[in-house]
Amino acid sequence: MDWQGQKVVELWMQVMLLVFAVVAFVTGYITASFRTMMLIYAGGVVFTSLVTVPNWPFFNRHPLKWLDPSEAEKHPKPQPQAVASKDKKKSSKK
Amino acid sequence: MHSFGYRANAVLTFALTILALMCAIASFSDNFNFPSPSAEIQIVGFNGFKKKPHGNDEVSLTMNITADLQSLFTWNTKQLFVFVAAEYETPQNSLNQVSLWDAIILAKEHAKFWIQTKNKYRFVDQGSNLRGKDFNLTLHWHVMPKTGKMFADKLVMSGFRIPEEHR
Repeated sequence: MDWQGQKVVELWMQVMLLVFAVVAFVTGYITASFRTMMLIYAGGVVFTSLVTVPNWPFFNRHPLKWLDPSEAEKHPKPQPQAVASKDKKKSSKK
Repeated sequence: MHSFGYRANAVLTFALTILALMCAIASFSDNFNFPSPSAEIQIVGFNGFKKKPHGNDEVSLTMNITADLQSLFTWNTKQLFVFVAAEYETPQNSLNQVSLWDAIILAKEHAKFWIQTKNKYRFVDQGSNLRGKDFNLTLHWHVMPKTGKMFADKLVMSGFRIPEEHR
C-alpha cells in the first residue's frame, strides 16, 4: 500500500468501526435486544476488516516512484572503508 | 499501516476498545430503568419444630410466594437471582438473616409467578430463640446484567410469628 492508501485506510477503519458501533447500539437499545447489538457490531467489524486490511489495488493508486535501476548504477553506494579500524580510538584499560 | 499484520492488529484493537465502551454505555443505560416490583408472601403453615436440648432450634414451614418482578428486566439483564430470607433479632445478634428459598429467573415472562413451597433451606437458629419469635420475610433480588453493574434491592414483609411449641 502506498502512503496515500495507508492514510485513507486508517481513516476509513476508524470511521467505519465507530459508525457500526453507533448503529449497533441504537438498534439494540430500541429493539431491547443485546444480541442484535452484538450481531450488527460483529458483522461491522468483519466488513471493516475486509475493506481495510487486505492490500486492495485501490489503495495503491499513488505508488512510490523508486529510482530507475539504470540511474542507480550511475551513482554507486559508498562502500565502508576496509582499513578504517586503526583510526578508532581504543579505550585504555586500567 | 504499512503491512497486512499491522492493519489487522489496528482493526482488532480498535474494535475491541470500542466494544468495551459500548458495554460500559449499555450498563449505564440500566440507570434509566425505574422498576416497580411487587411481592407477597403468606405462610401456609409450620410443619415442624425441632428443639434440641444442647443444639439449635429449627423450624420447617410452607409458604405461598407471589411476585411480579417483570419491571426489573432490561435489555441488559441476563437473569434475576431472587431469595427469601427470614429476619429477626435475638439477644446474641441484632440481626439474623436465614435464607429460606431462592430461584434464578432467566426470562421476563417467568418473573411474574406464584409458588407454594416448603422452605428450600433449613430455618435454623444460632441457639434456641425461635419459639414465639416475631420475624420479617424479606424478598431480595439481584439483577444480574449481561455486562456491567449488578443492581440489588429488597422488599420487607413483616408481621410473621413462629408459634409457641404445642406438642
